[in-house]
Amino acid sequence: MDVLNAVSRNRLWRSIVRQGIRRTNRNRVLFVTESVLLHIHSAKVQKRHLEFSSTYFLGAISMILLFVLVITGIVLMLYYHPSAEQAYDDMKELEFVISNGVFLRNLHRWAAHGMVFVAFAHMLRVFYHKAYKPPREFNWVVGVVLFLLTLLLSYTGYLLPWDQLAFWGVSVGTNMVRAVPGVGDSIRYLLLGGNIVGDNALLRFYVLHCVILPLVLIVGIAVHLWRVRKDGLIGSANRESHEESERSS
Amino acid sequence: MTDEAKKNDSELTRRRFLVGTGAAACGLVAAGSGLLAADFLRPRVLFEPPTRFILVPPDAVELGQVITSEKNQAYVIRLSSGFHAMSSVCTHLGCITRYQFDSKQIACPCHGSRFNLDGEVLSGPAPRPLDWLDMELASDGRIAVDTATLVPHGTTFKL
Repeated sequence: MDVLNAVSRNRLWRSIVRQGIRRTNRNRVLFVTESVLLHIHSAKVQKRHLEFSSTYFLGAISMILLFVLVITGIVLMLYYHPSAEQAYDDMKELEFVISNGVFLRNLHRWAAHGMVFVAFAHMLRVFYHKAYKPPREFNWVVGVVLFLLTLLLSYTGYLLPWDQLAFWGVSVGTNMVRAVPGVGDSIRYLLLGGNIVGDNALLRFYVLHCVILPLVLIVGIAVHLWRVRKDGLIGSANRESHEESERSS
Repeated sequence: MTDEAKKNDSELTRRRFLVGTGAAACGLVAAGSGLLAADFLRPRVLFEPPTRFILVPPDAVELGQVITSEKNQAYVIRLSSGFHAMSSVCTHLGCITRYQFDSKQIACPCHGSRFNLDGEVLSGPAPRPLDWLDMELASDGRIAVDTATLVPHGTTFKL
């Protein structure tokens, strides 16, 4: 206890951590809503919403997997050169030379597969709980867009090791894009940065995978979570009258 | 009070004019930036390998023989009607086909499309025949094929 006192009574601690907040109900609520880290959570939830069977925590799990992906992705970026000459050798280096390279690379890969699966399971849960009914229809649409972004992120990341699977997967996929009437060839040219799956294609997919798609995904997640809070959890006070009208009729 | 009544919705006030002009200007800028960005994204110079490649002299190809250039993804075939060159890229989804000598057919390993020596689809999911390519004689008398220039099906060359 003396150690704890020493830690919390010194000047450095008191300059960083706010002091002297009285434990009133109002202050407990404000502590969450005014906190930069905590404000996305509601200040109070009903106990039954925290149960496993209400959401199976699938949305939260997919977000945690996203954090794992971002962190392992950033770490992997430090050793990866997006060049057709070097990419494959960099992956071999990660597998055989770099300390814990295998672990981090595999963690990234498994988290990617896991996120696609968990996001899909989350959509199934929302569907079978009818949680897409008004006022939540727009959030369902946002969720579908998020799932498409997740798939695109998987697809762009798949090219980066520049192995046979990657090369032919992208060749076939971009050839499929050519089937779009009218603009198909143009879209393929833009995606690949040329006519062949080469250096330009690898660089474009790298920028898509590491910068553009994650940014769009983060904006989408912000809208998605905002709508979850605004529409209220099912059975809570601020849901729209649709559920009430269902019950009353 | 009568002045307020006169200001109805269809009247073009100075404020509305200026706001509208400003909004139109912003719209022009936005459209221009969009076009600029779209233009930026299309590469103007490509550092891709050249599509024209040179093979053997025409006399080195026997009647009925199929020469495969794996690196350039093309076949050169000599039939009684003359020479023709075809792309070895399968028209289904872009895998590279291979000539099967015993069946005299071109087969794709990915999804099983089969083509005859004229490139026509015999079976499988390929939607159209193999592309026919432009051929000519190079300056040293050898066959030159350009995989980027397509010619209509049935165009044979007398080299």
